[in-house]
Amino acid sequence: MPEHASAHAGPTSDALVRRDDQGSKIGMWLFLFTEILLFGGLFLLYASYRHRFPAAFHSGGKTLDVFIGGLNTVVLISSSLTVALSITALRRGAKRLCLGLLGFTIACAATFMVNKFIEWSAKFHHGLIPGSEHMAQLPHGEAVFYGLYFAMTGLHGVHVVIGASLITWVMLLIRRGKTTGENYVVLENVGLYWHIVDLVWIYLFPLFYLIS
Amino acid sequence: MNAHANSTTPEHDAGQAHEPLSYGLLTAIWVGLMVLTVVTVTVSRIDLGFLNVAVALGVASVKAGLVIFFFMHLKYENRLIKGMVLTAFIILAIAIGFTFFDVGYRY
Repeated sequence: MPEHASAHAGPTSDALVRRDDQGSKIGMWLFLFTEILLFGGLFLLYASYRHRFPAAFHSGGKTLDVFIGGLNTVVLISSSLTVALSITALRRGAKRLCLGLLGFTIACAATFMVNKFIEWSAKFHHGLIPGSEHMAQLPHGEAVFYGLYFAMTGLHGVHVVIGASLITWVMLLIRRGKTTGENYVVLENVGLYWHIVDLVWIYLFPLFYLIS
Repeated sequence: MNAHANSTTPEHDAGQAHEPLSYGLLTAIWVGLMVLTVVTVTVSRIDLGFLNVAVALGVASVKAGLVIFFFMHLKYENRLIKGMVLTAFIILAIAIGFTFFDVGYRY
């Protein structure tokens, strides 16, 4: 299967393939800008409400578990490393290592979501359920803090699941020889998506967990 | 680090001319990100007033820079992609900055 791509490899078509790769990378970045704007809008909302209700954000932040949040930071940053390493591995012809690194990334994504489940369950246990009566009756500042907490970490969690699904898909492509050391732009673009997921968490962690 | 990235020949400019980043470099970036995570958690435990927010956002932005330039290998991309990313972040900074000036100082 890998011969498939190189079958057309004259000097001209080779150049065309390369130009397409560049185009698809630009397309991926453009899409990522919309993601940055999506989360950027929520961060703006966070900044405004935190300015309005500093005390509630302060006490709300104290109820979040810094250990789990910190652990999830380590997990996500490590998963970003393994995605970056997997591109190098594939380009150097180490296909099995590449698949192993991507498998590790998916395990990290699963760990992240399990931790998130534990965290949210604890909040639900205290009656902090999005849209519930209890949430609505909280003082304005706290309602806004927990509302933003659920909305932003929830939207981020959805991105973790999507990212892990995309990595699973690209692993299948690599296994089938459709994504190779010479034709790896899909892996690169999926990697870019995963790093954006990491990037958002890099801001979410201090803004929610470390305001004490 | 890489001469190819700045090459003016269209073949190199249009293609993925840069060499794969070494395992060592990527791991070093990871170590840096881990150290910065410890720094941001430690500093958050010391009461510095307003500076706490500044340090938290500063450290987060350095971490974001490391992720963008190395893990997302923006450092090795051509000027077009670099310019696009820069523009996107400037627009985001304007959107957040100007709106926050209004929210923060109007009343």
